[in-house]
Order: sequence, then structure tokens, then C-alpha cells
Amino acid sequence: MIWAAIIATGVGCYLLKLAGLSVPPRVLERPLVERVADYIPVALLAALIAVQVFSDGHSLSIDARALGLGVAVLLLLLRAPFLVVVFGAALVAAVFRLLV
Amino acid sequence: MTDAPLDPRERSSIIRDSLGVGVATGAYGVGFGAVSVASGLSVAQTCALSFLVFTGASQFALVGVIAAGGAPISGALTAMLLGTRNTLYGLRLAPLLAWRGWRRVLGAHVLIDESTAMSVTRETTAAARLGFLTTGVSIFVLWNLATLAGAVAGNAIGDPRTYGLDAAVGAAFLALLWPRLKGRRNQLIAAAAAAVALATVPLVPAGVPVLAAAAVALLAGVLTKDETQESAA
Repeated sequence: MIWAAIIATGVGCYLLKLAGLSVPPRVLERPLVERVADYIPVALLAALIAVQVFSDGHSLSIDARALGLGVAVLLLLLRAPFLVVVFGAALVAAVFRLLV
Repeated sequence: MTDAPLDPRERSSIIRDSLGVGVATGAYGVGFGAVSVASGLSVAQTCALSFLVFTGASQFALVGVIAAGGAPISGALTAMLLGTRNTLYGLRLAPLLAWRGWRRVLGAHVLIDESTAMSVTRETTAAARLGFLTTGVSIFVLWNLATLAGAVAGNAIGDPRTYGLDAAVGAAFLALLWPRLKGRRNQLIAAAAAAVALATVPLVPAGVPVLAAAAVALLAGVLTKDETQESAA
């Protein structure tokens, strides 16, 4: 199932890229389409964060991941690079689990 | 969109800037590789994602949904929804890059945020193609090598939760979202989408809450219509 999803995502994402380079701009370049396409990444990423950090798949939960997210916010405010944010959050969550 | 050749100074400046972005971005692949194996994918599956999908946010989305226990198909749909922004990039770049046939077919694979950013502001086709290809190809090579490194390292360390790698997934998404949170409207959309996702978690199968949150983007697009028309008028 995972392999099928990988292949489908690969083909789908490639065709989305190729379509942009191939379709005449006026077909898709309407204000509504453009706005929604700008908003979709914002909505999806925010939803992914919420589900990833505050749920276990079937119910809501709070654990070391929430602390990791807080650390990520702090590091982003300090303009830390991507990898520092990602592994900084992991490090704090790991240390928290070790101590508690 | 002229066919004027590049002068050597402009040429080397575009190459230098593009390689800088390529190296900085390609290194993220370590994070993706580690997060992906922590989410339960194998090293081979992780590397296949970076090679075949090659658009970071979509890759993180697919493994994120799987990590949360969602059906792989929900993950694939989420990943493709995120991939729609590359279509818009393509629309903007098509007249500038002016590729036909096999060049377009090959070039499309490296059409991502960074290659767009490094080419969309160029004034000639030659400059745009140089920025696009130097950025896109250098990221492609480094992103795939870094993914392998991160996946192998992540795989070697045992239970990822011990190392907090499950917390790294949320942090990675937040870092991807962060640059888009400048405007008040985007902040509201993000908050509403997170609320919709969390409210639906107990009600629907894993993976579906994230797709439900995409409705917030649709709704926001429709509701903000009048405002844009007024400002255009």
C-alpha cells in the first residue's frame, strides 16, 4: 500500500508540474484559482502540524511532541536554519522523555 | 523574454546564487530521510519518494499522514494537493523558460519552490533557464544524497521516539509553514485549518482531518473574492 501511494504521489506530482508548463496560462489563471492555490499550502501544513503534534491518530493527546513544537517556534523566532529547528525540537522532546 | 546571450558576469553570478540555494536546500534532505524512516517507511521507500516525488512539502505530508496512522491513499491525496502550487509556478514560468518537447518533459521534474524563485525574476530566457536548471539540478542531486544519508542514519538508531524524531515531524512542517505566516489572512487560515483538523480527529479515519482542512482554503478563497475585486477596481 505504501509503495502504491509513493508511485501515485510521484506520478501525480510530476503531472501537476508538467501541466503548469504545458497549459496556456489563461486556462487556470483566474483570481479564485490562484487565491485558493496560495491558501492550500497554508491550510494543509497547519492541519498537518495540529494532527501530527496533538493527536495519536484517533484521539487528541498532549506529550513531548508539544514541547518540541514550542521549541521549534522559539528557534524559528530566532531565525535558526531548518535543520536546527527540526533536530532542536527532536532533541528537547528526547531529553524530556528521558527525564520524565 | 528575449534571446539575448548572457554576459559572463551575469552568468557566473546566477550560477553562484543558484548553487548557494541548491546546497542550503539540498541539505534539508537529511531531515526528510530521518523523519521518513521514523514514520515507518523503509530506506528504499524514503529514497524513492525523494527521487520520484521531489517536492519537499508533499513528501513530508505523505510520511506525516502515514506516521499519524492514516491510510497511504489519504497521504497521497494530501501530497498531491500540496503539489498543486507547482502547477501555478509552471504557469508563471512557461512563457519565460519557453521549453518545448523533451526539454519541457525533463525540466518539469525540477519545477519546485526554489527553482521558481531563482528564475521567475530573470529578464531573459537564457538567464531564467540557467537559474532554473542550476538551482533545480543541484537541489535534486543533493536532496537525494542527503535523503539516503538521513534515512540510513535514522534507521540505524532504533526506536525513533527515544530520539524525539516524532517531534521532528511537526517542527519540519512548522518550518515549511513559517514563511507563509506573515499576513493576517494566512494566520487566520492556518488557525482555522488546525482547528478543523483537530475537531475531526475523533470522528473520521486518520488522514482525513488534514484533507478536511483543505476546505478552509477553498472557503477562504471564495470569501475573500469581493475584497480582491474591490481593490482591483
